[in-house]
Order: sequence, then C-alpha cells, then structure tokens
Amino acid sequence: MNDSEVKIIIAGFGGQGVVLTGNVIARAAMLENKNVTLMVSYGAEMRGGTANSTVVISQEAVASPYVEIPDIAIILNRPSLDRFEPVMAEGGTVVLNTSLINRRVERPDLKIANIDATEIARRLGVIRAANMVALGAFAGTTGLLKPDSLMQAVREMFEKKKPQFVDINRKALQAGMEAVQV
Amino acid sequence: MNSTTEKLFIKGNEVMCEAAVRAGCRFFAGYPITPQNEVPEYMSWRLPQAGGIFLQAESEIAAINMLFGASSTGTRCMTSSSSPGISLKQEGISYIAGAELPCVIANIQRGGPGLGNIRGSQADYFQATKGGGHGDYRLIVLAPATCQELWQLTMNAFDYADYYRNPVMILGDGILGQMAEPVEPIPYKPIVDLPDKDWILDGCKNRDPRVIRTLFLRPSDALMKHNLHLQDKCHTIQTELELVEKVNIDDAKLVVTAYGSTARIARGAIQMARHKGMKVGLIRPITLWPFPYVPFLEATETAKKFLVCEMSQGQMIEDVMLACQCKRPVEFFGYGGGWYPTSEKIFDHIQAVYEE
Repeated sequence: MNDSEVKIIIAGFGGQGVVLTGNVIARAAMLENKNVTLMVSYGAEMRGGTANSTVVISQEAVASPYVEIPDIAIILNRPSLDRFEPVMAEGGTVVLNTSLINRRVERPDLKIANIDATEIARRLGVIRAANMVALGAFAGTTGLLKPDSLMQAVREMFEKKKPQFVDINRKALQAGMEAVQV
Repeated sequence: MNSTTEKLFIKGNEVMCEAAVRAGCRFFAGYPITPQNEVPEYMSWRLPQAGGIFLQAESEIAAINMLFGASSTGTRCMTSSSSPGISLKQEGISYIAGAELPCVIANIQRGGPGLGNIRGSQADYFQATKGGGHGDYRLIVLAPATCQELWQLTMNAFDYADYYRNPVMILGDGILGQMAEPVEPIPYKPIVDLPDKDWILDGCKNRDPRVIRTLFLRPSDALMKHNLHLQDKCHTIQTELELVEKVNIDDAKLVVTAYGSTARIARGAIQMARHKGMKVGLIRPITLWPFPYVPFLEATETAKKFLVCEMSQGQMIEDVMLACQCKRPVEFFGYGGGWYPTSEKIFDHIQAVYEE
C-alpha cells in the first residue's frame, strides 16, 4: 500500500506456534514504537490443520490488519508454502522451514531464507521451539526488527506464565539468526 | 496489566473488557459466539478480580434480562454478543430502553442474515440504529475504528448510559474484535458529570418504594406520556451528542464515508488518492445514533460526490442520503456476508467515481 508498510504472514500447522510467533513480532514492533496490528486466523481451525497469523508494521497508522499480498512469509510447513507462494508480493522474502518442506520455491523473484528449523530445535532439546528458530531466521534475513527487541518480546511473552521457557526460546531465536542460509 | 503507562497488546475484544472493568463495570452476563468469544473468556477471570460478577447465561435472552436486573440495582453492567445473538436480545433491549435502564451492549458483528458466518460484517446497522426491538426507543450507538478508540468509547459508553439513563451499544465487527494493536491504557475519567442514581432499587427502608416498569396500563394516557418523555430524551441526546471525525474535508471534491473497521481501511485509500493529487476526504461517523447529519450537509457545498463504504449491501448510505438532502449523488461500495475491503479496492472505486 505504501512504502513504509510491511505485511508479514506466519503460516504452518496448528500447534507449530504461528500465533505466538506473530505475537512476538508484533510486540517487538511495539517496543520499537512502530504502528502494528496482529490478526490471527480464527474459526474452523483444528489441531493439525493449517493456521496463520498476520502482522502489519507501518510508520503510519495501519489501515487494514488483513494481509492479501505478503511482503514476508514465515512458512513452517508444505501446505502453507503451496498456499502462499502464489500470492507473495513481487520480490518478497520467504523464510522456509526446510525440515518439513520437501520442495523448492518456484518463483524466481522471491528471496529465500532456508532454515532447518525443526531439526535445529530438536537438537536444542525442544522441538516445539522450531517457530522461534524460524523467527530467528526472519530476524537475521530481513533486519526489519532489532534482535534485542525480539529477545525482549520473547521475555515478555513467557516470563509471567511460563518463565522456565524464556531461555530455551531465546536460545532457539539466537540459533535461527546464526544458522539461516540466504 | 496493572500498569497505567505500559501499552497493552491484546485483542480488541479484550481491550473492550479491560476498559469496561476500569470504567466500573461490575456485572457481565453473556453467552459464547464467535467472533466475540474472548469477551466472556476475559470477563470470566477479570471481573471476579475486580469484585464483580461474571455469569455465563443459559442463553443470550437470559443474559440481556439479567442486565435488566443488575442495572435496576444501579450496577454498571454489560453484555456482549455477535449478530445472531444480538437478534435474540432484542426483546430485552426494548424492555431495558422502556424502563430507562443504563447498560452497555456490545455487538461484534458477523455475517448475516441468519446464522451467517463468523467473519466481520457491518450488516446490523439498521438493527442498531433504527430499532431492532419493538416500540419507540433509540440506542446510543458508538462505532470505534481502532483498538485505542475502542478503549475510550467503552469507558464513555458507561457514562453516556448513566447520564441519559439509556442503553448504549458498541457496534464493532469481527475485524476490530479479533485484531490486536497497541493501546495506551488511559485511566478512566467520567466524560460527563454523572447524576445520582436516585431511581435504583436498593431496599426501601425509610423511604417510599420505587418501581421500575415497562407496563403502563393506567391511566390510559400513561404510556403516551412515557413515550413523550422518551422522545424528549432522544431529542436531548441528539442535541448534545454527536461524534464525528473529518479528514481533509475542506477542499474535498469526493467525500468518502465509512465507520468502524471500514473507515480505517478507507483512510488508507484516501492517502493513496491524496498522493495522486486527488481531492478526497473522509467523514467518519463515530456515533451512528445520533447520526452526524450536519457535517454531510456542510460538505455538499464543496464536494461533488459522496462515496459510502460499508461491509454490508448498503445501510448507513440511507442516512448519508438523508443528510445530503439530494444535493449531491451518493455512490456505494460494499458487500455483506463477511466480505471486507482493502485500501486498494476502495481506491479503485474512488478513481472510478472521482470528478475534479
């Protein structure tokens, strides 16, 4: 819509943490005093089905929280790649969880950031943190948000209810930033 | 959550709840329905913390009638639902309006008619602003466009309800209810001088009993007199309460008008038009009742056309046409059934109807 606006989609299976990932990105943007909206797919969702959340970050007031044409996509599984690759913005960036996606991106205009997210999370001992590894890859590739902001957002998300998960999520985030391959 | 300065980042539905609690809401009754399920969920843990009562009613109808009781005791109270559930509440709303009981009713609209779907919609404008229940009454209808405004208007809603002794409806939609954006939790401060509630039922020891009623059989003109009183009140509200936002209206050749979520999306389209040098402005009604007729009539002097955008087949457009008094053509862009616009689509429509 305008140059100062970035539209992000995070998509995967229900249970892979797409809602949490969206929340961390949005909170990090808020910490940087940017205008931001978060919208989570709702309704007929189920465990194992596909889910997505969308974040819009803008210098000006965000018009619509919906994302039709994502500039950036964090894709955690194959069905999500099939669904969102065709609608990506020209020259957009795709962060790809190669652990679970067994095909290449076909569009030549897209920038690809490969991350073996599920495998890296498994090696860290918490397979559920694959979303944070992918988020680290997003941070390392796009530079849209400062790593410190994302780390702080992770802390805020977990410290109240599940403080025991702060460290592992921050480790996963860090691992993703270091391991991403563009 | 306790800090007053730290920004909140929670869904619109939850923003509304937190604002209600901080404005003194101490009773909530409701029944689950998407896309407002976060409201009863949030209230179920938050209200007891604040010393209030959350009650999951056996139906929407029971919930609204529980408000009749709660409000009679002077308690600030609220119910919430989405379109089909609000239809069920209409009888109770009419009774509450007839008995002049203050309360706040939130409608986080979804697609209709019937059970419809669970996507955001604005197809309940007629129901909210023109009646819905039987008899001559009006709801004060507030239409927030952002989570920050939802925070503020929720607080104001309780004040307007108490001040005018009239039910107030917050008319949101599934987009506003489901989206999260940063909200500065501005502390509650009454927006009007709140009158003493000298009509409530709190035990009549050492005073004459009071009666709150909606049945007026005798004398034969009692109900007519009551209606005249309600009408006087409506006129007062129409005189005193009119909230509207105007953007780039002074030189506008085309005035886009929209409320709620559609208005924020339209604002993006207007920016695009301005970047292309097109003189396009926005009138955004914030109170849908009373409807801000005057700003539209004033705008007919410079604007050549009006373009109404709604997530419906066209409902508010009837008020815009009334307001413009046939001086200018009024175009429409919108669909019902859970459709939502993008700024790009509204901009395309602006280009199609724009005349220098």
